[in-house]
Amino acid sequence: MTFIVPLVALLAIGVFQLVSGVAKPTTEEVKIGYVDESGGFDQYTSQGNITLVRFETSDEATEALVKGDIKEYFVILPDYVSVGIINRYTMQKELMAPPATTTAITDFLSSNLLAGKVPTTTIARIQAPLNLVTITLTATGTMAPEQGGFGNFVIPVIFSMLLVFAIIFSSTYLLQGLGEEKENRVIEILLSSVSARQLLTGKILGLGAAGLAQVVVWVASTPLLLNLASSSIGGFISTIQIPPNFLVLAVVYFILGYLLFAVISASIGAISSSSREGQQLIAIFTVPLVSPLWFMSLIMWFPSNPIWIFLTIFPITAPVEVMIRLGVSSIPAWELAASIVVLVLSIIGVLLVTVRVFRTYLLMYGKRPGLGEVMRSLRNA
Amino acid sequence: MRLSLRKGFSEMLAVEVNNVTKRYDHRAVVSDISFSVNPGEIFGLIGPNGAGKTTTIRMMMDIIKPDSGNIRIFGETLGETTKNKIGYLPEESGLYKKLSVIDSIIYLASLKGINKELARDRASELLKQVDLQAHQQKKIEALSRGMGQLIQFVVTVVHDPELVILDEPFSGLDPVNTELLKEMILDLRNKGKALILSTHRMNEVEELCDHILMIDEGKRVLYGGLAEIKSRYSGTPSLNEIFLKIAGKKE
Repeated sequence: MTFIVPLVALLAIGVFQLVSGVAKPTTEEVKIGYVDESGGFDQYTSQGNITLVRFETSDEATEALVKGDIKEYFVILPDYVSVGIINRYTMQKELMAPPATTTAITDFLSSNLLAGKVPTTTIARIQAPLNLVTITLTATGTMAPEQGGFGNFVIPVIFSMLLVFAIIFSSTYLLQGLGEEKENRVIEILLSSVSARQLLTGKILGLGAAGLAQVVVWVASTPLLLNLASSSIGGFISTIQIPPNFLVLAVVYFILGYLLFAVISASIGAISSSSREGQQLIAIFTVPLVSPLWFMSLIMWFPSNPIWIFLTIFPITAPVEVMIRLGVSSIPAWELAASIVVLVLSIIGVLLVTVRVFRTYLLMYGKRPGLGEVMRSLRNA
Repeated sequence: MRLSLRKGFSEMLAVEVNNVTKRYDHRAVVSDISFSVNPGEIFGLIGPNGAGKTTTIRMMMDIIKPDSGNIRIFGETLGETTKNKIGYLPEESGLYKKLSVIDSIIYLASLKGINKELARDRASELLKQVDLQAHQQKKIEALSRGMGQLIQFVVTVVHDPELVILDEPFSGLDPVNTELLKEMILDLRNKGKALILSTHRMNEVEELCDHILMIDEGKRVLYGGLAEIKSRYSGTPSLNEIFLKIAGKKE
């Protein structure tokens, strides 16, 4: 998995180069019929690769459609100017009209409506009125060094998903290992050689080191792959940027996110009677971990909403939320500081509970203790 | 460092358990237990189900801590170095199913501070003794229950511990392998190792043990040399009958 991710990215760049060098884009010429019952729609019949063919009656158009001379046809009704309705006839079953067809018909209608009334250049502007260029300024009114945009969003989004995978896989291995050792009854033999604390620390640090190596490989390969993709593919790819401090924060949040999930997994592994039961229980925590991904579009459209501040500071959602927010807007330093402090305190708190749970329940087999029983034993421990 | 007075000569005790108590939910599962075990003897730890035997053993292994009292292993308080001197075969024990026999033994020996080469040599020797050398590359899951139990025993003694604690070691063994294991246990005793044998099989206790401790409801009910205990109960020659008599007295 560690090297598969950058290798797949390299492969994708290679495949793109291969395909774009061999295949030339083909544009199919399409004929669409129309019946003008309103009158005045006889110009601008060439719309890119779509040619509009006029028919006198609907019957003629239907005959041509059935013969296959045209792909579809539409009827401009006599009262079109007042009601705006166009009836479209096609033999293909579809959810909605293809965007290219809709655009061609729209441009044909608007061009004919304005023909002779305004210059041709004005018709073109009416059809495409907005090409928005956003410039971000700093608090002092100067141009900001980071202009944002979708180019800034791509890497953090990809990384947030990779972070979820890395955290879940690493902590799942820990949970699975503990569960199997309990099921196989190996745990007591292990505890006759090492202490519960050594066992816990060894598993968390060992698996964490493996996960961290994975994340570091991904982080280190990102600028290289981005440069390669930018020069090979260009286009939108060349606008992709890595937000400032992103790579450092990616590593920091992986470490903290993994540690939190590792200690939670260790607790669950200690009280679970089987590996499968443990994995069912850990879902209670992995669902909130991935929840910021569900709200990605909302974060994009409403980046200043206070809910995102809460998700940034709440420890379970913080790692993924921060990654996504870094791609949308800058995060105030105080929010990042609060997020990291709360994460660290949470890890320490859960670790103290985990050590007690570990010692108490690791050698208990059979039915899993309920939450009340666990709380009571922690109070008495 | 306490000296053994029972044998009449200076010798460090392998195990000293002094006034140890352990409570769960305010109930004493082990109550003020004291006993000692000498090197070169087999000590029987017996009692009905739920008496506190396994809890006592786990306290000796430093897996759980006593609430009061103290335990010393070869004169030292429990810790890292004492764990490496002990071989422990738990009642409910297992191995990694997907690992091979030899890899399992070497890995668990390495946790006791033995290097891989030495562990491999010792493992081969012991596997030959239990007639399982041909199976050393097989995965644990491919073994029968009896074979698995013998492998567990090999894991227990591969690092040449000074103290061996066996909790129901004969479980799952056929008569032939039971005899084989008994011979190996006696051999360890003759080499000067201290052994603690916890079992419900009274005939094995009578056959093997030098001293016994009987626990019931966490308390010590019988303690001393086997011969001396049997002589106390004239007319009831078997340990099983003594056990039933004591258990019956309480009712």
